[in-house]
This record gives sequence, C-alpha cells and structure tokens, in this order.
Amino acid sequence: MKRVVITGAGTINALGHSVAETLTSMREGRCGIGELEFRDVDRLAIKIGGQVRDFEAEGRFNRQQMVLYDRFTQFTLVAAGQAIRQSGLEFTGDLAARSGVVLGTAGGGVSTWDDNYRSVYEDGKNRVHPFVVPKLMNNAAASHVSMEYNLKGPSFTVSTACASSNHAMAQAFQMVRSGMSPAMITGGSESMLCFGGVKAWEGLRVMSKDACRPFSANRNGMVQGEGAGIFVFEEYEHARARGAEILCEIAGYAMSSDAADIVMPSKQGAARAISGALRDARINADEVGYINAHGTGTAANDKTECAAVADVFGPHADNLMISSTKSMHGHLIGGTGAVELLACIMALRDGVVAPTIGYEEPDPECALDVVPNEAREAKVDVALSNAFAFGGLNAVLALKRV
Amino acid sequence: MSTQDKVIAIIAEQAVLDPSDVTLDSTLEDLGIDSLGLVESIFAIEEEFDITIPFNANEPEQSDFDISNVAAIVTGIDKLIAEKG
Repeated sequence: MKRVVITGAGTINALGHSVAETLTSMREGRCGIGELEFRDVDRLAIKIGGQVRDFEAEGRFNRQQMVLYDRFTQFTLVAAGQAIRQSGLEFTGDLAARSGVVLGTAGGGVSTWDDNYRSVYEDGKNRVHPFVVPKLMNNAAASHVSMEYNLKGPSFTVSTACASSNHAMAQAFQMVRSGMSPAMITGGSESMLCFGGVKAWEGLRVMSKDACRPFSANRNGMVQGEGAGIFVFEEYEHARARGAEILCEIAGYAMSSDAADIVMPSKQGAARAISGALRDARINADEVGYINAHGTGTAANDKTECAAVADVFGPHADNLMISSTKSMHGHLIGGTGAVELLACIMALRDGVVAPTIGYEEPDPECALDVVPNEAREAKVDVALSNAFAFGGLNAVLALKRV
Repeated sequence: MSTQDKVIAIIAEQAVLDPSDVTLDSTLEDLGIDSLGLVESIFAIEEEFDITIPFNANEPEQSDFDISNVAAIVTGIDKLIAEKG
C-alpha cells in the first residue's frame, strides 16, 4: 500500500476566496454567516446563511463557459485552480492517463433547477436554454475539472448528502493508496443558497434563524453555507521525488451506515466510522489531538456525536479538542467535509486549532473540549474529520502531520 | 433591424465574430459553430422571434429547416414568422 499526502489545497467559501483567507478567518474566529441576498428572500422564514460574497463570475469565465457553469461548478473550478497551482503538477502522458477527479456534491446545480423551474412554472415560458441539463448535472463540476486540467483517469461524483465530500475524498484516497492513480483531485462543492434550496431546508424545521452554535446548550439549529474545497491527493514517493510541499498525510478512513433512520443520527453508526478510521490508519486513540466535528448545531447531531466520541476514546475524550467550524462558514452540505479538512490541515501543519464560535452555554450532553470561541495553539500529530449524513451514511478521515 | 440583421447578430455572437464578418453565404462550419453552438443559436433565434424551429440535433439533415448557410436560415425564419401570422 502506498502512502498518500496532500500537495495542494484550494477553497472559496463564506470565510474567504482562498485557503490563506479562510485559515486567517478561522484563526480569528470570524463569522462568515450573515443576511442572505437573493431573489424572493423575503418569502423565506430563514434569512441567514454563509454566502460567498464579492464573487464575480463574469470576468473570470468567458461567455461560453458562463452558460455551462452553475455556481457550484464555478466554485469548484476556482478552488481546483488554486489547489493544482499549489501542487505544481502538470497532467500529461501517463500521469494524465491515470489521474482523475472524485468530487462530492449533494445537490449539484440547484440554482439552475431553481431558475429554470421558475421560468417554466412561474413565468409560463415554454422553452429553456439548451444547456440546462449539462449545467445542472451533479457530475458537471468533476467533468469540467477533468477537461480543464487534462485528467483522463477515473472521474466521478459522489452524492451522500452532508457526507458527500468525505466519501469522495475517502474514495480518492483509496485510489491513490492502492496504486491505481498517482494523484487525484478531490473534495466537494455546494451552492444551494437560492430560494428553492433554502425553502426545501426550511421544511425540515432544523434551521436556525439567528446563528449556528454547535455544542452550546442554547443551540437552535443549523445554518447553510456554500462554496468548495478541492485538494490534490498524491502518492507520497511521487510527491517527494519532485520536491513538492506536503501539507499533511491522509492516513486512513472508514465509512459506515446507520441502517436505522433517514434523518436521525445513530451513535453506533458514528462510533463505528470513527473507530474504523483509527483502525484503518493504524493509529491509537490516544494519539488523536483534534477532531473536526460534524457539529451541525442541531440538538440531534451534537449530542449524538459527542456520545460517539466519548464511546470511542474513553478517558482520552477529555484530552482531545473537538471543534465545529460550521459555526463560522455554515454547513456546506455536500461540500462541507472538504472545507472542514482545511481546519485539520491548520491544526497539523500550523499548530492552530480552529474554534467553535457562538458558544454561550455548556451542555452536559456535549461535555468535551469544543475549543469555545477562540482558536488555540497546540501541537497536533493526528486529526480526524467527521461527516455524518442524512440517510445515516458516515465517513471519517484520519490525517497525520508530516 | 430586419430578420437578416437580427440573425446575423445572433450567429456572430455565437461565433465570437463581428457581424460584418458573417455573410449570407457563410456556412455554420465556416464560422466555427459546432453542434452545441448550433443548438444554442437556434434557442436564441426562437427566443428572439418567438417561433419554434423544427430542428432535431440527432438528424439535422432530416429536419424541415435548412441550415446550409445563413441565407437559408433567414429564409426559413421568415417562413416560420409568416406561418405564425
């Protein structure tokens, strides 16, 4: 089995348009959540979200690209550009033939669906633009990355709701670890912040009207975000041979299914994914210094997740740090694990643990060190990233400092 | 603008050319418009003139709409506008 490292990272989200901006915001505990701005927002009960601001797609993309790129694809291409540039890889010959793209998204081109449904239902139009289908399809982003960077190996999109990115990255990791691909572009993207996208979430009645306060006793729900996180996963010797900068190592992963309920999380399912990732990475539980929590800020997730962590780690649960950066960038649904992986990289590489902001009152059911409100300096050797999706599909990644 | 001027403007935009570079005997191939560009042009023409063009991308030759050059397209559109009455 090969070792797998990250040699490039890129992002755009409510905290910044690059990895550097995002990590600075996380370090400062800045909140990217604010008033939503889009058509018909006044008809929504939920009016806040982690929206990407000051992003002008016009100018970045030409007219022909604009008609084909939904916002989730635009975010993906921006983040992928940053990641691939940082890695220094150029995909030609055998490297191009064996490298591919595995991305996560839950909704794909949600605003393209929304705009065109509005056009035919509300405006009564009988004709839509010919590229509606290639624009909204869930694999559009992965396909455009493969075309833009000449990636001719295995490429596809994984859709497992809030765990999409982690499932995608676990798959990409597996492909590099097995020797199938020398490098894979992976991560995820989401853009559901439009009238129909938020309206659908409103229906579930799990959204907060004022803030995302994970683990805090007065938490009252999740807040949606949008954006993308994209990484270059590369085989360790391949990266070393060309002198690439290594951000961290991906040591293992596990996936599990609750096989129980379509929306309520299960402690056992989460615990099996966490302990499975440790086993796969051959890491002892007491080596883990930081966990980037799924931490949605809902009553159900946070207490279930804390109970699962307590079960897996025993007494060590009180020594490790666990924070939810969703308090700052919101829940990016299918893209969330990818943006949250950045907090793990910051902990491992920079020795800075991102805080859970908005933390106001301790909850006895979430009695762990959630790094409340302020980032903390600490030497972290091993970090985990949790993602537990609706439908009971869980994926946990284990990362190591290099 | 006449039908001809409007059609030339749409096709020129699709081909990323100046309208003066698009002549009546230009073919779509001459102008570098591929199959996706053709479907997009047809959509833009339908929107502009509020007509429905009988065109199936699977069998362009079988369609009851001549796209062999710009002049044929303009004639076809004028006919559809007249039929719409």
